[in-house]
Amino acid sequence: MSSVTAFTASGQELAAEIETIAPRAVTATGDFDAWVAPDRLIDVMTGLRDAGFEMLIGVTGVDYIAYFEVVYHLLSLSQNRRAIVKVRCGEGRIDPVVPSVMEVWRGAELQEREVYDLMGIRFEGRGQMKRIFLWEGFEGHPHRKDFL
Amino acid sequence: MPLATEPITINVGPQHPSTHGVFRMRVTFDGEEVIDVEPIFGYLHRGSEKLAESRTYTQIVTLTDRMDYVASMNSNMSYILSVEQLAGIEPSPRGVWLRMIAAELQRIASHLVATGFFLQDLGALGTPLIFTMRERELVLELFERLCGARITSSYMRPGGVFMDAPDDFWPALDRFLAEMPHRIDEYEQLISGNEIVMVRCDGVAVVDSQTLINASVTGPMLRASGVDWDLRHRQPYEYYDQIKFNRPLATASDNYARYIVRVHEMRESLSIVRQCIEQIEPGPVRPKEVPALIRPPAGDAYVGTECPKGELGFYLVSDGGVAPYRCKVRAPSLINLTLLRDMLIGYKLADLFVTFGSIDINMGEVDR
Repeated sequence: MSSVTAFTASGQELAAEIETIAPRAVTATGDFDAWVAPDRLIDVMTGLRDAGFEMLIGVTGVDYIAYFEVVYHLLSLSQNRRAIVKVRCGEGRIDPVVPSVMEVWRGAELQEREVYDLMGIRFEGRGQMKRIFLWEGFEGHPHRKDFL
Repeated sequence: MPLATEPITINVGPQHPSTHGVFRMRVTFDGEEVIDVEPIFGYLHRGSEKLAESRTYTQIVTLTDRMDYVASMNSNMSYILSVEQLAGIEPSPRGVWLRMIAAELQRIASHLVATGFFLQDLGALGTPLIFTMRERELVLELFERLCGARITSSYMRPGGVFMDAPDDFWPALDRFLAEMPHRIDEYEQLISGNEIVMVRCDGVAVVDSQTLINASVTGPMLRASGVDWDLRHRQPYEYYDQIKFNRPLATASDNYARYIVRVHEMRESLSIVRQCIEQIEPGPVRPKEVPALIRPPAGDAYVGTECPKGELGFYLVSDGGVAPYRCKVRAPSLINLTLLRDMLIGYKLADLFVTFGSIDINMGEVDR
C-alpha cells in the first residue's frame, strides 16, 4: 500500500487544529477527515489556509441520497501535509447550499462550478453559479444518484 | 490624438488547431490586445465519472486511459494507487517497477507532445513538432511491445500490471535510453536560446508563485515559478523513495520557463527509468491473492500522483460493492486553466496560443 496516508492529518489531529481556529465548528471526525458545520466553513478554511494549507487540491460533491457532502482536499506545500475537510448539506435532498471558498482560494473557481454543474450543489457568495461542462438549460445534474 | 478603437469579440475554437482538442475561448480584443477571455468547456464531456459508477474497479482502468490520452499510463497509475489504498492491496514489487518504468516513459511522451505543440503554436510550423513526434513514436512502440496498445494502454491493474514485459522489450528499452539523450540535445540545440523563441516567450505571461499556489496550479507550471514541489519527491508513492532524481526548476515563471522545465524533466525521467531497470527483479507482476472482482470495504480514499500535467488524483468512495459509489477525478488540466484569463490579458493575439500551449492541457482530461 502506498504511504500516502502518512502525509494526511488524522481526524483527531485535524479536529484539534480546527478547534483552535473556530471553536465548536467540528461536528464529527473520521480516520483522516473532519466534518464541519456549513455556516462555519469560511472561518475554518481561512484559518486552515493561514495555518499553512496554501493549496485547495480538490472540491468534490458526493450524493449520499439522504444528504449531500462536499469534500475539500487541502495541501500544505510548506509543511508537506494534507487534510480532508467535509461538509454536509441539503438534508432531505432539498436545495444543497454551502458557502463558496473562492475568497480563500482562487483554485475553487472552476472546481465549484464543476460540482454545481454535475452534482447541483450551489456555492453561495460567488455570484450566479454557471454550468461548466453542460450547456445552460440542461435539466438536472448527472452525478446525482436519481439522475437515470 | 489617439484613435479610439472598438472592442471586438472573437470566438476561438472549439475546432481550432491551436486549441489542443476542442477547447473554446471567447476572446475580446482591443485592437490586437486581449482585454477579456472567457474559457468554455465541455465539448469532450463523456461523463467518465458517472460511467465509473456502473463499472467494476478493474473495468474503470479503460476509462482512465481516455481521460488524459497522451499520458494514459500516468492516469492508470494514479487510479490504481487509489484502488490499492481503498482496498488495502499490497502490490508485487516487479509490478510496481514496471508501472514506474511505464509511467516515466509516458511522462517523456507527454512532455514531447507538450513541447512540440508549444512550438507549433509559436509558429514553428513543422520541424520541432515532427522531431518530437518522431521520438514519441519510439515510446509508443515500446508500449506496444509492453502491453499491445500504443495510446490507450490499460496496462495497470490493482496489485501490479496485467502481464510481464516480453523479452524483446528490454533491448528495445536500452536502445531508446541510449538514443534519447542525443535527441533531447538536438531539441535544445534547435530551440533553447533560439532568438525567436526567446523574443516571443521570455517574460511573456508571468505569474508569481503565490498566485499559482492559491489557484491550485501544480506540475511543471508550478515548478517553472521556482516552487520545488514534486509529489514523487515530497510525498513518494510506489518506489520513488528509492530513486534519486533532480527536480528541474526555473524561476522566471514565463512561457520559456515552462518549456525548459519540461525539457529537463525528460532527462530526469530517463534517469529514473535507468534506475528502475537496475533495481527490478524477477517475480510475479501481480499477487495471486488479488481477486478478479474487487470489493473494497466501505470508505473513501484519495491518492495524488505527479502526472505530466500536475497532481492527478482519484477520490474513490466505496459502499462495499463491486463498483465505486463515487469516482471523482482531480484533473490538473482543468484546474491549471484557472489563471488562463489573468495570463492572457494585456498580451497580443499571437501570444494567446503560445501561452495556452505553455500551460499544456489535454481536453480529454479537462472535460472527462
